[in-house]
Amino acid sequence: MKENAILEMKGIYKIFPGVRALQDVDFTLCKGEIHALMGENGAGKSTLIKVLTGVYEKDGGDIFLEGLGKAAVIRSPQDAQKLGISTVYQEITLCPNLSVAENMYIGRGDGAVQNWKKMNADADKILQNLDIPARGAQQLSSCSIAIQQMVAIARAVDMDCKVLILDEPTSSLDEKEVEKLFGLMRDLKKRGVGIIFVTHFLDQVYEVCDKITVLRDGKLVGEYEIKDLPRVQLVSKMLGKELDDMSDIKSDALAYKGKDADTNVFEAVGLQSNADIKPFNFHIKKGEVNGFTGLLGSGRSECVRAIFGADRVIAGNVKKDGKEVKIKKPIDAMKLGIAYLPEDRKLDGIVGDLSVRENIILAAQVLRGAFKPFSKAETYKIADEYIKMLEIKTASADTPIKSLSGGNQQKCILARWLLTHPDYLILDEPTRGIDVGTKIEIQKLVLKLASEGMSVTFISSETDEMLRTCSRLIVMRDRKVVGELSNEELCQSSIMNTIAGGGTTDEK
Amino acid sequence: MKEKFKNMSDTNLLLTITIVIFFLMYIGAILFLGEGFLKPQAFFNILNSQAALIITSCGLSLVMITGGIDISVGGVVALVSMSCAVLLDYKGGNIAEAILLAIGIGLAFGIVQGFLVAYLDIQPFIVTLAGMFFARGLTTIVHTNPFNVEHAGFIALKDTRIYIPGMGSFNKKGVYIPAYINIGVVVAIVVVIVLFCVLRWSKAGRHFYAVGGNRQSALMLGINVKRTVFASHVMCGLLAGIAGFVYFMYVGSGSPAHASGMEMNAIASSIIGGTLLTGGVGNIIGTLFGVLSLSTIQNIVQSAGLDQAWWTNITIAAMLCLFLVIQSIVMARKKSAE
Repeated sequence: MKENAILEMKGIYKIFPGVRALQDVDFTLCKGEIHALMGENGAGKSTLIKVLTGVYEKDGGDIFLEGLGKAAVIRSPQDAQKLGISTVYQEITLCPNLSVAENMYIGRGDGAVQNWKKMNADADKILQNLDIPARGAQQLSSCSIAIQQMVAIARAVDMDCKVLILDEPTSSLDEKEVEKLFGLMRDLKKRGVGIIFVTHFLDQVYEVCDKITVLRDGKLVGEYEIKDLPRVQLVSKMLGKELDDMSDIKSDALAYKGKDADTNVFEAVGLQSNADIKPFNFHIKKGEVNGFTGLLGSGRSECVRAIFGADRVIAGNVKKDGKEVKIKKPIDAMKLGIAYLPEDRKLDGIVGDLSVRENIILAAQVLRGAFKPFSKAETYKIADEYIKMLEIKTASADTPIKSLSGGNQQKCILARWLLTHPDYLILDEPTRGIDVGTKIEIQKLVLKLASEGMSVTFISSETDEMLRTCSRLIVMRDRKVVGELSNEELCQSSIMNTIAGGGTTDEK
Repeated sequence: MKEKFKNMSDTNLLLTITIVIFFLMYIGAILFLGEGFLKPQAFFNILNSQAALIITSCGLSLVMITGGIDISVGGVVALVSMSCAVLLDYKGGNIAEAILLAIGIGLAFGIVQGFLVAYLDIQPFIVTLAGMFFARGLTTIVHTNPFNVEHAGFIALKDTRIYIPGMGSFNKKGVYIPAYINIGVVVAIVVVIVLFCVLRWSKAGRHFYAVGGNRQSALMLGINVKRTVFASHVMCGLLAGIAGFVYFMYVGSGSPAHASGMEMNAIASSIIGGTLLTGGVGNIIGTLFGVLSLSTIQNIVQSAGLDQAWWTNITIAAMLCLFLVIQSIVMARKKSAE
């Protein structure tokens, strides 16, 4: 083994029926380093992690751990834990109904009797030590998601873990919480824990990591020191192509040029819903791409939910194509040719156990009515058409959607709404949690649709993405629309300024 | 105070609600329906008649805390009392053998159902629905007609009264009538105490809560989920067997119609006691108070002169709704307080 290394994976192979998920992958983790594992969806990151944690059994190669003379045998998550490999997943894998301390200690340790006093005291000590603002006796569900994640890490640390795997831990955290988590990671690093960090956020990688290992199509691309690999190169390594098209995919050639380009497709005056937002005015022209921007929780999603009738509208008038209409529930909006791709894919988007095909036709079927079903042959034809058009990577149209990667699930939901042939499409965080390649595909698709005359409202947490796609931005702060930017005003700093409240000048 | 409310676990919060409501109800009964309820014996009679239901509900709560359900318990109680009755009167068995038989039947149901639910991953509702039909059917096969047991030793045991000093009262003629409880109540109290301690202070007991809270997470936390689910069903079956014998000691007869609807009363008691059907939240003391609340309300209805069965059912329905509404309001307030 290499000097200072605590984990070495050598020549790992993993073969699924029909797919070589991992081919001859090496991975080395040193003491006290934060090591990013990067790659597109389907590159093999998750598979590699699952091999390491014993969820999958590898088909070839060896795993070596520091202080263990021979290759490690890992057949179950329990085996991995015993060897000092702990994982904190994107979804919290703790029990919300138990106390913080119980979540840290349940399922391990000897003896049959639960000593509450000692357990709570021990837990408090560790929490304090790691500077986590929670108490052992507190019920876990009363903590924020970020704290819950930290409790999971505290559990891992207390189990004397040498290798800590953080699988997309930041996707549901806001900026402050992410900062806290990073503080904890740096602290652990000082204590000599090796951390494997899997994330989609490039900024975060550059903020906290020491090394990057890039995978692509199940193969190792390389291991790099963070300072030797600028961002653009990282992305091109992940995608396997030079990325000149990323900087500027928006071009005037794509703008919609129809003669009705100046008419309002949708107009709202004083719209307000029961989701605690201030009344707002809004309009969108034919073939326009606009967006809502603002910090997390500023009311971006609530605005579009009000437009779509997903929250209960309590005030305001809306016009569609110049005609006064009432939108009380989503079906009203759908009938008017409005489509809404929701923010929370798992909760509001996919129906996990249904096939890709069934998920795609869902909205169109609802519009047609329950008594006029599509024939089976029709649905296959439609599904295949959209799978081809959006390049959805799925084994077949009958694969359950939950077995697809996040990006491909998102494409299916997009297909579902495109199939209803809307003239106004609302995309709420369509690119969250999906890889860079698919992100760009979706952005390009949005611009293409707009050039064909569809109006699109686009919401994203990533401002550069918004800047690339939108021609007009509505800025929100504290659940209120505070400004509107278009054309020349569209740049990072002006957005920042508007979000922050005008007056202050931002050096950035 | 507010801080305390916020930090309370869901389990303790629901338990407090249950206990408070029970006492309010009992005081209401004393105030409006007269002094009959003031006599300790009135309370002890509730215990005497509901000992079996207490034991059954405890077992059921355990299953419900892990996120499952067992609706076979009523059938098992009927089967046990009929089998014991036949054993004692027709097969020449003695009481020790009858107790062993009761425990054996309960365990058998628990083990088979637990295996099907935990290791073959079949819905607990379906498995125990089959168990219920099977137990009811078997009861009729064991003996078709209802009959009273005449085994001398058993009658002695059935009529054994444990007198509670200082709790008696004087009747109209001024004769002192001592207060008493049956042996079944002692069994029920032991069961409640043991289960409470197991759930609170043993690591294995906490696993039930973890599994009910989030099965996937429990697995990731290193808990043997299948074994925990299996154990909950075995315990529930065992307790249904014990409850069967306690029931048998109370009614002193065997009949296919015995304990009809008992599983539903047990579910109602658990829910009133603060056990959530979704799992992960619940408390044995709460279940005890659930049973007491349920039978107190029945007594109130009957003392008020509405002694037809449907009035009891309607009040139980109303009470279930009331409890669920109060529970959800308090839980929602807690959520918003956070």
